[in-house]
Amino acid sequence: MSPAEEAQIATSARNAWYLSTPALLILLVGAVGPLLIVLVYSFLLPGKYGNVEWGFSLDGWRGILFTKDIFDDTLVLADAHLTIFWRSVKLSVLTTVFTFLVGFPTAWFIATRAPKARPIWLFLITIPFWTNLLIRTYAINEVIRTEGLLNTILMKLGLISTPLQIIYTDVAVFIGMVYVYLPLMVLPLFAAIDRFDMRLLEAGYDLYAGRWQVLRRIILPIVKPGLIAGSILVFVPSLGAYVTPRVLGGGKQMMIGNFIELQFGQGRNWPLGAALSMLLLIVVTIALLVYVRYANREDTNV
Amino acid sequence: MSDRGFQVSRLPGFATIAIGVFLALYIPIFTLAAYSFNTNISMSSWGGFSLDWYAKAWNNDQVKDATLRSLIIALWAAVISTAVATLAALGTTRRRKFKGQTLIYVIINQPLMVPEIVTAVALLIFFAQIKVITGYQGLGYLILAHSAFCIPFAYLPIRARLEGMDLSLETAAADLYATPWKTFRHVTLPLLLPGVIAGAMLAFVISLDDVVITEFVKSGGQDTLPTYMLGQLRRQMTPEINAISTALLVLTIALLTAFFLINRQNDKN
Repeated sequence: MSPAEEAQIATSARNAWYLSTPALLILLVGAVGPLLIVLVYSFLLPGKYGNVEWGFSLDGWRGILFTKDIFDDTLVLADAHLTIFWRSVKLSVLTTVFTFLVGFPTAWFIATRAPKARPIWLFLITIPFWTNLLIRTYAINEVIRTEGLLNTILMKLGLISTPLQIIYTDVAVFIGMVYVYLPLMVLPLFAAIDRFDMRLLEAGYDLYAGRWQVLRRIILPIVKPGLIAGSILVFVPSLGAYVTPRVLGGGKQMMIGNFIELQFGQGRNWPLGAALSMLLLIVVTIALLVYVRYANREDTNV
Repeated sequence: MSDRGFQVSRLPGFATIAIGVFLALYIPIFTLAAYSFNTNISMSSWGGFSLDWYAKAWNNDQVKDATLRSLIIALWAAVISTAVATLAALGTTRRRKFKGQTLIYVIINQPLMVPEIVTAVALLIFFAQIKVITGYQGLGYLILAHSAFCIPFAYLPIRARLEGMDLSLETAAADLYATPWKTFRHVTLPLLLPGVIAGAMLAFVISLDDVVITEFVKSGGQDTLPTYMLGQLRRQMTPEINAISTALLVLTIALLTAFFLINRQNDKN
């Protein structure tokens, strides 16, 4: 490589950084940087009226799992916290699994439409995705609340005599999260199926494979990258969900997101809130790293 | 394929489930919209068609303020995030791989990866300090926060557009002694414009929709439309909320349809 070429490459890289700087600055101040402050706060003492007092402490992190007994100051496992974590993980996993079960046929259906109709079906999936999350949650509320559409119809049909109490239960939060995050599963699944050469199916059937065998041996392996991407896209926001459990869980069926908020509000325990935020961030980062590793391995295999 | 009477791509039951999914996606939204035209306050029964709730929302000063605030923030956030995202996209595409490229990608896409509640809490802590130090309480915090999380949404369509453009036209312009600025102004920017418009529209919609970060960052009396609605959900719910939701919904769908049509036009060209 000539010195002139090398200089050109160096200039190009420098320009790349100059051009990216304004965006990076805004993100550093408005998104990335403050995360470091949360990390620091998780090691401080809670202030009496919220905020923090300067002084190193591990109480925030310890508070994730343990509470101090009021009588003798011994540490006991915080059952209430464990219930919230368990609910968050359980609901997120269930949401991911269920969105796949209904999202896969939907993505398949869209991908097998005529090329002209396909963008329209895709658009129909995209609209709810871009619609305000609060509005969608509220729309589900209209259906499942005590005097909502579902109960009204079931009562009119005479199937039930008293309204089903769905709202303010785990089931309500689950239905809401499936509804809200479904497009995030369908879109990557569609992308995976869309690339797929349908003639492979023909080959499978020609070689006397049954439907089940074709599904398991041909379709599922091809859909897998979409499934992994979709699962990440659904699982990550589910785990950090705040609006849906707040509206449909009615403040009682808390998930981690609401629990974090509580620490900054009535709980007045900012260090615990900060530690919980960091914990959530760590779990999400691990999930993303696993995904990136998997995605890279796929790339090298193909 | 169809002449064989057996379509290989058909899987039994899949179409039924898919149609069910589409119905399930749209029935709640239509229910929400339908109740906004209901005369009755109780929402449990249909009392007849009226536009009263729209009139009520329109005359509600809190709603008016919140709407105006939402639009101002979304406009600023869209302009700022699109401007910086365009520069970043120009910096990170169509050149040789350089040191730190991955780092730039990670930072730009950070808002897509970190749970919103975590960013919200981080900004709450950070801005609380800044507010104490500077005494400034204005909309600047919300605009900054919105600009930040809108950047990846503005960046992705612009980058996609750039990657589809080869450098030959720009090289030709440079060969004809156009200055870099002239080349950008008269060659790159016009070609890039559809991507920039798409990016700005997505950023606008994303900002308009945000609940969580706004809820944590806003100072007293700085409700946006979504945080106002969230606050109302705790109190007695009236179809007024349905009316506001429906209006917001129509706006979003209008923007998305425009986006969809622009994109299709692009593909055709």
